Amino acid sequence: MFRNQYDTDVTTWSPAGRLFQVEYAMEAVKQGSAAIGLRSKTHVVLACVNKANSELSSHQKKIFKVDDHIGVAIAGLTADGRVLSRYMRSECINYSFTYESPLPVGRLVVQLADKAQVCTQRSWKRPYGVGLLVAGLDESGAHLYYNCPSGNYFEYQAFAIGSRSQAAKTYLERRFANFADSSRDDLIKDALIAVRETLQGETLKSSICTVAVVGVGEAFHVLDQDTVQQLIDAFEIVGEPEGPAAEPEPEPEPDAAAEEGTTADQGAAPDQGVAPMDI
Amino acid sequence: MATTMVKENNAGPAQLLGPESASERTLYPYVTGTSVVALKYKDGILMAADMAASYGSTLRYKSVERMKSIGKHSLLGASGEISDFQEILRYLDELILYDNMWDDGNSLGPKEVHSYLTRVMYNRRNKFNPLWNSLVLGGVKNGQKYLGMVSMIGVNFEDNHVATGFGNHLARPILRDEWHENLSFEDGVKLLEKCMRVLLYRDRSAINKLQIAKITEEGVTISQPYALKTFWGFSAFQNPTVGAEGSW
Repeated sequence: MFRNQYDTDVTTWSPAGRLFQVEYAMEAVKQGSAAIGLRSKTHVVLACVNKANSELSSHQKKIFKVDDHIGVAIAGLTADGRVLSRYMRSECINYSFTYESPLPVGRLVVQLADKAQVCTQRSWKRPYGVGLLVAGLDESGAHLYYNCPSGNYFEYQAFAIGSRSQAAKTYLERRFANFADSSRDDLIKDALIAVRETLQGETLKSSICTVAVVGVGEAFHVLDQDTVQQLIDAFEIVGEPEGPAAEPEPEPEPDAAAEEGTTADQGAAPDQGVAPMDI
Repeated sequence: MATTMVKENNAGPAQLLGPESASERTLYPYVTGTSVVALKYKDGILMAADMAASYGSTLRYKSVERMKSIGKHSLLGASGEISDFQEILRYLDELILYDNMWDDGNSLGPKEVHSYLTRVMYNRRNKFNPLWNSLVLGGVKNGQKYLGMVSMIGVNFEDNHVATGFGNHLARPILRDEWHENLSFEDGVKLLEKCMRVLLYRDRSAINKLQIAKITEEGVTISQPYALKTFWGFSAFQNPTVGAEGSW
């Protein structure tokens, strides 16, 4: 890549007006394993690829619950991600204690971004090498934000970060117009398909991916492996609109959502043939 | 007065006195307001308080507004030490300012303000330097009505009707009997006036000049000061001392 005389310090500008250390930090995010987020009006889903180093070890935790209404998926230096998650949990719990109310997601994200910015302007610090997809719910609705090592943050309808995330982004770009009104289950299906896109032909199994959901009336939680495997099995079967029936959800599921899932499935089934594995 | 009411700070002048330094914490209230009464009604909260601030047993100030609006969604009424009430208004001013500076569509509602005040009052109590007030916090946000109280020792609770000071003893029993869900504005005002009239007759520090404030989803309105109609023409008040030997 680029090696030059302006990249030693984060406090050194390049003549082109770039801070190379910050850009290298963003590179670290791109090297991490993929994390995907998408949202509807009422739910936000986070999914990520969790590969263990060897068969003997467990995989790294990439999704953290920050509060009942906020969760975060990370890509990059997981240690940095863990530390930032702890900061976020601390902020949420302090706000809850003082105001007996959940911290609005937008405010947490700004505090996080300001914290990251500090590390881009101190000679004795380095930028955090982790990108965070912050999923949360507050009074103003469902939100998905991406926090960058540079201290920037953006709100998204859907986004993917980490290695081979471009494949997921391409899929999401095609489908995101439908997300706002998607049911919870369709949103999870789309997230799983997006994860599959990043695997480049490898079979999607619940042992290598993690899915988490937060929604209206549903606290942020990570779905357990069995549920995820059932969901994967449900949509891998091409042309079968059996999706809702095959899911014994532990959470209460209104009948309307099941019907919606069926019709959406019938719409999605023809798409399955078109949905590319063409990376 | 030997005692001062300066807020505790490390470089206070009293510290220079050495071993015999003066106390720098609130020990007694000096200028006080009396009861505040509030209830939930159909569209929001109604709150009433008179405009008196007493200096001991003297009715010293008679145009004190003891109810103020806080942000877009809340109304705060206070009894107790008026200077501490003004201090609390300064705290809340700053709180609302920072809330507005976020400029992000979120705003602190009555529940959040009430919780914040509880933390402030309780923390001051723990330092043995209380803000000598009983606060009533009411408001409406997103259609949800909220009415709560915080005392000077940090005791806080929510209810459909609250009162401070004498109001607890004289007004609450009336409200317990006559309050019901979905009172109209007129009925709510009549009920509050009934409570305030009893307080006027029986509370020595009450005066016949009160304001009624209402807060709804639309906002806060505080009425102009007005007086309640009273009746003193009881026959027992003519020659009250007849039969009391030695009295005049």
